[in-house]
Amino acid sequence: MIDVTDPAFWPDFLEVLGKGTLETLWMTSVAMLITIVIGLPLGILLVGTEEGGFLGASTRRGRILNQVLGFIVNLGRSVPFIVLMIALIPFTRWLVGSFIGTGPAIVPLTVVAIPFFARVVEIAVKEVDAGLFETADSLGATRWQLVRRVVLPQALPSIVLGVATTATSIINFSAMVGVVGGGGLGNVALTYGLHRYSWAHIIAVIVILFVLVQLIQWGCNALARRLDRSRGRSRALPAHRPPDPAAV
Amino acid sequence: MITIDHVSRSYGDVRALDDVSIQVGRGEIFGVVGQSGAGKSTLLRLVNAIERPDSGSVVVDDVELSALQGRELRAARHRIGMVFQHFNLVGNRTAAQNVEFALEAVGRTRGDRKREARDMLDLVGLAHRADAYPSELSGGQRQRVGIARALASKPDVLLSDEATSALDPETTRQILALVQRLSADLGLTVLLITHEMEVVKQICDGAALLESGRVVEQGPLLDLVNTPGSRLAHDLFPLGEAPDLPGFGILDLTFAGGEAERPTIALLARDLGLDVSILGATIETIGGQQAGRTRLAIPGGGEATAQAVTFLAERGVRAEAVSSR
Ligand SMILES: Nc1ncnc2c1ncn2[C@@H]1O[C@H](COP(=O)(O)OP(=O)(O)OP(=O)(O)O)[C@@H](O)[C@H]1O
Ligand SMILES: [Mg+2]
Repeated sequence: MIDVTDPAFWPDFLEVLGKGTLETLWMTSVAMLITIVIGLPLGILLVGTEEGGFLGASTRRGRILNQVLGFIVNLGRSVPFIVLMIALIPFTRWLVGSFIGTGPAIVPLTVVAIPFFARVVEIAVKEVDAGLFETADSLGATRWQLVRRVVLPQALPSIVLGVATTATSIINFSAMVGVVGGGGLGNVALTYGLHRYSWAHIIAVIVILFVLVQLIQWGCNALARRLDRSRGRSRALPAHRPPDPAAV
Repeated sequence: MITIDHVSRSYGDVRALDDVSIQVGRGEIFGVVGQSGAGKSTLLRLVNAIERPDSGSVVVDDVELSALQGRELRAARHRIGMVFQHFNLVGNRTAAQNVEFALEAVGRTRGDRKREARDMLDLVGLAHRADAYPSELSGGQRQRVGIARALASKPDVLLSDEATSALDPETTRQILALVQRLSADLGLTVLLITHEMEVVKQICDGAALLESGRVVEQGPLLDLVNTPGSRLAHDLFPLGEAPDLPGFGILDLTFAGGEAERPTIALLARDLGLDVSILGATIETIGGQQAGRTRLAIPGGGEATAQAVTFLAERGVRAEAVSSR
């Protein structure tokens, strides 16, 4: 049993939680970073290669690419994380040499987050006004210029909100990774809470996770609000507002 | 400058354009009018190859557009600017950045883009709002940004799809005056579509009437005004329903060019000894010339009216009896 009055308890408690928090933060940030790098282009490709999409893929190649990508994303999203994690063990071992520990845990976390994030990006990109694609065409812009200067600026606020959701899921899953020796706060809850019946550790883990998720959500909300310049006057005064006869 | 030659385009069963031929000369401002669904937008989008014809050809500045792909198509589009009804500005980028996008598409360096974007905004009178986001601009200001963006690549042709339809009448007049000024200063050829006759009257040299995908009438505005039974002329100078005046014949006179300046109606009254009354008149300046319509009431029966028509015809004024009893 754990004795909180034991003078040796608190330094150890703080050290364990500090280490767990850092590990969770490390796993989440690295997984999130890789997820953005791969999932962002993937999501844009998914929308762009749709029938009549802005990447001009009424071609066979575009249709096939779209179907392959869509299939992979759906597959990734439908397999339960715990199954995916086990299935990925050989791949993880091949990639990083081991499948136990904080570093290797990043592999399944990234693999589960990419399809999720790609869908988030897909939804955000679909919100972009189709008239802007026609406009970019009329200006003789390249596809890359269209993505860089039109699609990304317009979709970014929603994508940033999606980053918060994705990061939250990664934190959730990272706790599960802890259960199979992945380190982080999940591992703390497991080794101290379950095996040594320490409520203090469990409660601390819950509080820390809650604070982390809140901070991410707040930060992303604030950033998204700053990036979205289409709010404000335009909401109250839409461009396509018909002339008001009563105002003449 | 723009030659649309026997072009047809269908969407499934809908024949959006049916054997349409239109020519617009260099520096001309040409208007296409027609009801909703007549095929106006489809026609305009053929000119920068956003839409492809099923048959026929579209030639802009001696370049056959319907044949182009990829890099060549983009280069051709740099010679053709387009403005839109809902402005189509990128909401999360400033006015200057929206214009810079057009310059990036042409391949200007970063430094040139900044400078030229300011110049373009200056040209449309919006230099002081360069760093504003579209949501912070009025409709008229947004369309000015749209025009600056469309003209940033120094095109020869400007296409306008209902560019003033979302604007109030005063702002519409300002935007049209700007387009007219730019067309004159830069030698721009303008093809605009609209459902407002006022727009055609204010700036167009020529016009076409589109109906269910077919061109019903087209030509220089002055010629249209002189064409008997022209629906465009009728819409340009509406006199309303003919009134029911027992004992009077109603005549609609169409003036175009020099006749408007001669005292034709005074002559009619004096030489035929008729107590002519003027029921209504519209006079406009089209291409620097006076044109318009006048509705007269002629006392007496059909004979007096017929006499008046002949008298006017001899003096080069076209008169149509609207109703005579
Ligand atoms: N992409 C499309 N797919 C199917 N039908 C289309 C498409 N674009 C246009 N049409 C049809 O073609 C016809 C002409 O459309 P168009 O948009 O050119 O009309 P318009 O004259 O511009 O009308 P409005 O004044 O309402 O803008 C309409 O019947 C329309 O439904
Ligand atoms: Mg239209």
